[in-house]
Amino acid sequence: MGETMRDSFGKYLVDIGATRSEVVVMDADVSSSTKSSYFAKAYPDRFFNLGVAEANLVDVAAGLATAGLRPVVNAFAIFLALKSTDQIRNVLAYNSLPVVLAGAYGGLSDSFDGASHQSIEDVAIMRAIPGLQVLVPADAGEMRLALDYALGQDGPVYIRLTRNEAPALASRPESLAITKIRKLTSGGDVTIAATGLCVAMALQAAESLRAQGKNAEVLDVTCIKPLDADALAASVAKTGHLVTAEEHTVIGGLGSACAEALSERGLPFCLKRVGVADRFTESGPYERLLAKYGISAEAIVRQAASIC
Amino acid sequence: MNQNLEQRALAEKDMPSKARLLAALSNRFRMEIFDVLHKKQTGHWGGSASACDIVTALYFHRMRLDPLVPLWEDRDRFVLSKGHASPLLYTVLAHRGYFPPPLLGSFRDLDSSLQGHPCMNKTPGVDMSTGALGHGISVGVGMALAARLKQKNFKTYVMVGEGCLDEGQSWEALMSAGKFKPWGLTLLVDNNDVQLDGTSREIMPLEPLGDKLRAFGWNVAPALYDGNNMQDIFTSFEALDAMEFWPKAVLYKTAKGKGVSFMEGKSAWHGAPIDKDSYEAGRPELVSAFERALAEVR
Ligand SMILES: Cc1ncc(C[n+]2csc(CCOP(=O)(O)OP(=O)(O)O)c2C)c(N)n1
Repeated sequence: MGETMRDSFGKYLVDIGATRSEVVVMDADVSSSTKSSYFAKAYPDRFFNLGVAEANLVDVAAGLATAGLRPVVNAFAIFLALKSTDQIRNVLAYNSLPVVLAGAYGGLSDSFDGASHQSIEDVAIMRAIPGLQVLVPADAGEMRLALDYALGQDGPVYIRLTRNEAPALASRPESLAITKIRKLTSGGDVTIAATGLCVAMALQAAESLRAQGKNAEVLDVTCIKPLDADALAASVAKTGHLVTAEEHTVIGGLGSACAEALSERGLPFCLKRVGVADRFTESGPYERLLAKYGISAEAIVRQAASIC
Repeated sequence: MNQNLEQRALAEKDMPSKARLLAALSNRFRMEIFDVLHKKQTGHWGGSASACDIVTALYFHRMRLDPLVPLWEDRDRFVLSKGHASPLLYTVLAHRGYFPPPLLGSFRDLDSSLQGHPCMNKTPGVDMSTGALGHGISVGVGMALAARLKQKNFKTYVMVGEGCLDEGQSWEALMSAGKFKPWGLTLLVDNNDVQLDGTSREIMPLEPLGDKLRAFGWNVAPALYDGNNMQDIFTSFEALDAMEFWPKAVLYKTAKGKGVSFMEGKSAWHGAPIDKDSYEAGRPELVSAFERALAEVR
C-alpha cells in the first residue's frame, strides 16, 4: 500500500517548515486526521490548535497573515467551506490575505462518517469567492506543487486534499505550471477533463474507450480557478465532446467551470458531467460509495460512449 | 435473564434497584458497541463509551417516549450534538424498541439506515441529525421554544462534549437560551476531558465551565456528577428536578473510552478502528464489568 495523500501532505509541511520560518500551521482539533500533527511535533512554536472552531481558526490565520506570516490552515474541507465561509470571503479574500486553506478529507473520502462529513460542495463555494484560487491535486506530486504555488501567492488559495491514497500519475513536466491543464493522453473523439482522484479514473476510462475504438484526450485539471480555458478549448475544439469528472456535486464544480468557459467562447460541444447528482451521499466503503454515487471509470466510459 | 434487563429496568419502581438494573444494561451496551466497532473497523469508541450510562438513563428512565410512535409529538426530545457517538445512540434506541437490534450490525454499511452520524430521516428515534459539531444546543433551543408556542410540555435534552463546546455557535446558542429561558431545555455535558487531538486542556481549555454556563444565564446542577455511575446519574436527575428555573445544565465527569483501562482518557481512541489485539485485550474487561453489574441484580 502506498502512502495516503494526507500523510504525504503532513510530511511535506514539515519539509517546508524547515526552510521557511514564516510558515505557520493551524488546525481545528483534527491535526491527527489532517496530519498537520507532524508539523506540530517538529515546530511546536509555529503550530496553533484552535480547537473545534473553524470560523475562529480562519480569522486568526488572517491576523497572522497581516503581519507577514504565511499560515496554512487545516480542517476538514466541508467545515472550511461551510463553517468558515464568511471569514474566507470577508476577511481573507476581500483583503487578499495570503493564507493557504488546506481542506482535508475532500470529496467522499471520509466515506464511513457519512453525508455530514463528505465534502461535495466545497469547490463550488470556494470558486464563487472573488480572488480565491482553487486547486485540487490528483496525487502527492501535484499536492506538493500546489502547496509550493499557494505559498508563493499574494492572496488566499484553497487546496482540496483527499484522506486516502492517490495513485501516482506520471510526473508533470517541470515547465508546466500547476495552474495549467496537463494533457495525459491525446485523442480526437472525446475530451475527458478530470480533477483529483478522478484523473486516475479518466485514464482507466480512456483505455476502455480505446478498446471500443474511441480515442479520448484526458486532461488533468488541477487548478479549477483560474481555469486554463485555452488548453481546455483547444482540446474540445478538436473533439467536440466533453466529459468532466469530479468528486463533487455536478453543480458548481469543474463541470460547471468548463461549461461556462467553453460556452463563452462559443464552441459547439456536447457535455456530460460525472459527479454526484443533486442529492446527499451516505456512509460506506469508499470505492463502493463512489460507484453508487456515479463516480467511477465505468461511469466516465458510459457517459463518453453516450455522446461519441 | 439478559434479554429481560430492558423490561425489568423499565418496570422497576424502586429507584436503587432500577439504577442497578440500568448499570448492568449500560455495561452490556458498552460491550455490544465495542463488538460492533471492532467488527466494522470504523466508528467512535471513546465518546460512545463515556456517555453510555447517561444516554441509557435518559432512554430507560428519564424521557417520556413511545418507541412504537417515534414521532409522537408529545415525546421528549434528545439531540446528540456530539453525533460521532452514534453507535451509542443506535444501540440504546434499538434495545429500547425503536428498531430490531440485529440492524446494529449494518452500522456504516452502504444502504444502511444507520449512518456514520445520526440521521433523523433514516433512523427511527433520532430527533435531529448531527455530525458537524456545534449545532445541537441551537436546535435544542428551537425545540424548547416550539414546545412553549405549541403549549406542549415535552422536555428537550441536548448532549455535548467539550470539543462540541469549542464551536462559537455553541456559545451563541447558550446566550440565546439565557435570553429566552425556554421551559424544558436541559444541557448535558459529557465532560470526559478529551477531544480528538488531545485533552481539552491542551486543545482548548473550557474551565471554569460551570461558571461560564451560569454567566450565560443557565441554571447549573449543584455538583459535578459521575456520569459513569448510574446511581449518581439518578441523583443528578433529582437535582435537576429540584431546580426551579430554565434552562438547566448538568456537568458529568466521565472517562473517554470508559470500560477498557488502556483506552480510557486517550485521544488516540477517539475514533481509531479497534484492532484485533486491542479488541482481545479490551473485551474481557467489559465482560467482567458487565458480569459484576449483573451479579448485583440477580
Ligand atoms: C464542525 C466539526 N469539526 C470537526 C469535526 C471532527 N470531530 C469529530 S469528533 C471531534 C472532537 C469532539 O470532541 P468532544 O465533543 O469532546 O467529543 P467526545 O470526547 O465526547 O467524544 C472532532 C474535532 C466535526 N465532527 N465537526
